[in-house]
Amino acid sequence: MKHLRAINKKARRIDDQLELSKSKDDVMALQTAQRPHVPMGCTLSFSPGWEVDSSGGTAGLCMPAERDIYDCYVTCFWPAQVPDHLNNYPDWASKCATATKDWRNLDLVFP
Amino acid sequence: MTATISGTRTYRLGEFHQFEGGGRTFVYVVHAGAIFELDEAAETLIRLARNGGTAHESLVNDLTTSGLTIADAEELVEEMYHSHLLVDSESAPARLENPPAGFPLQSMVMNLTNQCNLSCEYCYEFGADKVATPEGKPKFMDLETAKASVDFLMQSAVSRSAVQITFFGGETLMNFPLLKQVVTYASEQAAAHGKRIDYSLTTNATLLTPAIIDFLAEHKIGVTVSMDGPPDLHDKLRVFANGKGSYDIIAPKVKLLIEKHRTRAITARVTMTSGVTDVVRIFRHLKQDLGFHEVGFAPVTTSPDRLYSIGEKGMDGVLNQFHALAEEWLEYALRGEMHGFSNVSETIAELVQGVNKSHPCGAGLGLVGVGPSGDIAPCHRFVDSDQHAMGHVSTGIDAAKQADFLDRGHVNSKYECSTCWARPLCAGGCHHEAFVRYGDTGHANLHYCDWIRDWTDTCLKIYGTVSALNPGFLEQFAERKAL
Repeated sequence: MKHLRAINKKARRIDDQLELSKSKDDVMALQTAQRPHVPMGCTLSFSPGWEVDSSGGTAGLCMPAERDIYDCYVTCFWPAQVPDHLNNYPDWASKCATATKDWRNLDLVFP
Repeated sequence: MTATISGTRTYRLGEFHQFEGGGRTFVYVVHAGAIFELDEAAETLIRLARNGGTAHESLVNDLTTSGLTIADAEELVEEMYHSHLLVDSESAPARLENPPAGFPLQSMVMNLTNQCNLSCEYCYEFGADKVATPEGKPKFMDLETAKASVDFLMQSAVSRSAVQITFFGGETLMNFPLLKQVVTYASEQAAAHGKRIDYSLTTNATLLTPAIIDFLAEHKIGVTVSMDGPPDLHDKLRVFANGKGSYDIIAPKVKLLIEKHRTRAITARVTMTSGVTDVVRIFRHLKQDLGFHEVGFAPVTTSPDRLYSIGEKGMDGVLNQFHALAEEWLEYALRGEMHGFSNVSETIAELVQGVNKSHPCGAGLGLVGVGPSGDIAPCHRFVDSDQHAMGHVSTGIDAAKQADFLDRGHVNSKYECSTCWARPLCAGGCHHEAFVRYGDTGHANLHYCDWIRDWTDTCLKIYGTVSALNPGFLEQFAERKAL
């Protein structure tokens, strides 16, 4: 540190920690500190425009409804109706890299 | 993310104690026990943030008007925030965590006997404020119990690479034959477990003989002698059963001990009582006339109404004399010499590490006391007390009793400590003293708060001064006892 001089062991540990976090920042320059994952556009986060658009349809949503699939799948606890990817259908979404484009490639699953 | 996180913060000052030493300014960070030297800009920031509720941007602006570049001001704020000198206005103070469950044992104090050949009036084991209930229990520890104690220590130390046994009493040397056997057995066991072992002993010195001294030196057993100063002071309360003082008996033995036992530091431990508060004279006598390496002082543990208890006025006098010796300690340190006043040395050693204690000491955690019967107590001061027993060496520690003792003694459960900046070192003070004063081991020792804060401040100033003028001197305090 520049303005504080560590003069005991505990202070030096605090100093080292700051230096370490600085060097990490160099690599991940655009990232902010790690925060809990909140799915974008999920109903839980009450973002307007997610469920219906201004005309009452789904064509003009601020986010395409299809992209939501990956937020309900794997990363989210919300019980969306997606196949069980842990045990029975691990490859269910393997052909669909970008949901908004490739959603038609999602496999149908017949349990 | 459009705004940076820091840009939205408002600050207030964190919890710290600011002090000067060697012409420089330092802070002691209560959150961590860390010590930092401040530069001028950091001092300015502390003045600017004093009123609290300062938004990040305005703080940076104020700093730039005092001459810093924006980048420098940002960096300063970040450093102060990271060190908890600045905190979020809304944040609650962090609570200290509990030590991990199953904390490995490091030290054992073995009371080889609860018998003593002296009758010191203030003794916490026999005096008016005693907690021990020795009726019907063995008076001397036998070899079987001692071996079980050593086994218990080895087992409970788990993965520690070093353990420590302190022999205690009663008068320890009244059971010297057992002490010898324990050293032999424990050294074997330590070798078998791949651990280093270290011994120490506390004694009144009345029973020391040349043969005993040779044994202590040969096995590198550290010795602490309970001694209260020159004859007129020592003989006030450290007397035989017939009232005769013990000074004349022990003085030649102590000299012989110091002359012949060269493998460890020999320490004197002074108990201050009413009328035995002439700290400087006692120190000079023990250090210079008798030659002890270190001399440590503590006021007697007592309820306040005992005749030998030191009143508040007496303690003020004591503190003044402590300051005089502390100044000497500093002069010695700046010359690179050890002074021998333990009350400073021990605090400095804790400041070097930056300890931040959840409990005032290791009692019931990394340290236990074992009585002649094999009963486990939180420390030697609670040995033989039914109320405080927490298990037996043959069956191990009673987890429920241990948890109760540690919960009570945790600094988080002492409300008065929550706003005190000296709590990383003090954590409320001695469990036993609290029990004698307030009837509860978990009570903060409120009768010496001012005293502790004053002393901690004194030692911080010494620390700061030495770190500025002779930093290498502090390195010899850096070795950790617990491994």
